Amino acid sequence: MAYLRKVAAIVWKDIVAELRTKEMFSTMFVFAVLVIVIFNFAFDLRISGERVRQVAPGALWVAFAFAGILGLNRAFVAEKDRGCLEGLLLAPMDHTAIYFGKMLSTILFMLVVEILMLPVFTIFFGVNLFDLRLLLIVLMGTVGFAGVGTILSAMTAQTRAREVLLPILLLPVAAPVLIAAVKATAGILDGLSMGEMVLWLQLLVAFDLIFPAVAFMTFDYVVKE
Amino acid sequence: MRDRRETILVVLTAVSVVLILAALYLALVGAPDANLRSETGRYAQRIIYFHIPTAWVGFLAFFVTFVGGLGFLRTQKRSWDIVALSSAEIGTVFMFGVLVSGSIWAKPAWNTWWVWDERLTISLIQFLVYVGYLMLRSTVEDPSRRARFAAVYGVVAFISVPINFIAIRVWRSSHPLMFGSEEGGLAPSMMFAFFFCLIAFTVWYAALMWHRVRLERLRDDVEALKQKLLG
Amino acid sequence: MHEQATAPSGAAERSAPPAIEVRRLVKSFGHQVALRGVDLAVPEGEFLTLFGPNGAGKTTLMRIVASLTRPSGGTVLLRGQDLGKAAVALRRHIGLISHNPLLYGDLTAEENLRFFARLYDLADGAARIDAVLEQVGLAVRRRDPVRTYSRGMVQRLAIARAILHDPEIMLLDEPYTGLDLQAADMLGSVLADLVMARRTVILTTHNLEQGLELCSRAAVLNRGKIAWQGPRAGLDLGAMKAIYRQATAGA
Repeated sequence: MAYLRKVAAIVWKDIVAELRTKEMFSTMFVFAVLVIVIFNFAFDLRISGERVRQVAPGALWVAFAFAGILGLNRAFVAEKDRGCLEGLLLAPMDHTAIYFGKMLSTILFMLVVEILMLPVFTIFFGVNLFDLRLLLIVLMGTVGFAGVGTILSAMTAQTRAREVLLPILLLPVAAPVLIAAVKATAGILDGLSMGEMVLWLQLLVAFDLIFPAVAFMTFDYVVKE
Repeated sequence: MRDRRETILVVLTAVSVVLILAALYLALVGAPDANLRSETGRYAQRIIYFHIPTAWVGFLAFFVTFVGGLGFLRTQKRSWDIVALSSAEIGTVFMFGVLVSGSIWAKPAWNTWWVWDERLTISLIQFLVYVGYLMLRSTVEDPSRRARFAAVYGVVAFISVPINFIAIRVWRSSHPLMFGSEEGGLAPSMMFAFFFCLIAFTVWYAALMWHRVRLERLRDDVEALKQKLLG
Repeated sequence: MHEQATAPSGAAERSAPPAIEVRRLVKSFGHQVALRGVDLAVPEGEFLTLFGPNGAGKTTLMRIVASLTRPSGGTVLLRGQDLGKAAVALRRHIGLISHNPLLYGDLTAEENLRFFARLYDLADGAARIDAVLEQVGLAVRRRDPVRTYSRGMVQRLAIARAILHDPEIMLLDEPYTGLDLQAADMLGSVLADLVMARRTVILTTHNLEQGLELCSRAAVLNRGKIAWQGPRAGLDLGAMKAIYRQATAGA
């Protein structure tokens, strides 16, 4: 379908551009590592050993969330800065293709950073994160986060406040994703079966479906004057 | 026509003032004491007559903002945006009231200024959403774009609030509930005071809305006049 | 208000709908009204130059016709179809050159064009890319990232991007601004090609001389309304200057 080809073109363009500079990716990665390190350090000052592992899921998702915000910001600010968004708006395609393209490339970048983060995390927090189910949770959480984040980033990139405004708008709205992701991650670390965490999984799936749908319906209002 | 609307506004304002005063009386004096051991606890319990109606208005106001946003997206008419904005401003204040009254209640009841119970958590999130909404508006200069962005955020955030609530509920259900006794509900004798306060606060919200919408319309008129004179 | 000298259209042109038709177009930003009811009809193959002072609404008008901005009132018809309803399909036939080059600095010229070729569903994308790169004289630098380009080269590539999908309607919003001599010549030859291929062109500019060079019709936009429009035939630079001064002298 022509629509999907255009979405793919946008994703491809973002990947190629990023591979050239690796700017966004390195920023995201370094930032995530810093968050992990600081959390670990700060908690270790007061609690130690086993109890530090209790806070591990929260720390992990905070790191992902902040790295994600960096990625989301760059997704649209770069387009807006160079005026490139207009080039996309002039193309003979539904503007929602821009949304999906940007969302997919953001998810891709976030996933790469997240997967590279896991070993770092294991080193600092001493928890074994190499679990396929965990990767599924990470994927679902990332999709939900990027789903909402992309449309909000498209908005904030066009405002005066730009980068600063996105976390303010995004975090309260994305709270269910973070809650569910943290609880599910904790569940896996605690050795719960998937069945026991079904509520959290349902929440993630619901979020992953509802918000892209809402964004699909309202994205045009965000990019067209 | 203008005169009649002014009259309605005056009447509405007067009625809401009367209702609020009556509600105050009922809440602080009229309603029977709660069946609690400590005296401070009994006094603190009375805050329920403010806390819950305020929360009700706080969430109602966001629903109005949501509807206003949808209306604007569909019609592109400024009046919908004015409603959305006014409701958001009023809702912010009410939501802040919820957080403060929740805090005041928590201290004598559980000796802590804040509890992460589901209702306070969702109220905090709603408050943050309001703040975000107002901040978003303040960073966009073009009025039509401002209205559009605010409307989209209103829609997105409004849909997330129930999901948030479900998430928090599921999260909290794995913890022992903080307040078991209040969960049992109010005694029938308290019900009258409670519902009276609920209505009083809603009327008060309506009066505030009317004032705020009127103010914003006047502001628009001034702007239009300015443009005519200078443009 | 000055006499509207309307161009006599031939019988053949009358049968086909005008390439661009703007009726009672209004656009306001908050309380500021940028366009106060613009009526314009541009038949196929016409080259219209739109003159006007800053703030007249030229850019706004171009953006609306390009479907980037929604009008507050009125209609825009492209080839007889309502732009408001059929925008996605109609954009295939629109090309825009404006202040922004709309290019990605980190990508090479070739990658940029390949991206746009995909967005426009070009069947012969590779061939078109080769052709336009030749035309603007950037074939040798095609594999270099755009951020290594000089300003003039960026502008030439921007022209290449705009003509890549060979649009029937070309909109140029003050395209000569900041162009170096080489790029300006390039633009001139591209415009001449467009005229030869009977494309419909609207050009906005401050430069009366450059604007009159290739156009078949001229118009003056002032304070959101068309203050004058008429055919190019019989107009020399001096006459145009006089018309322009009169059209823009106060409201």
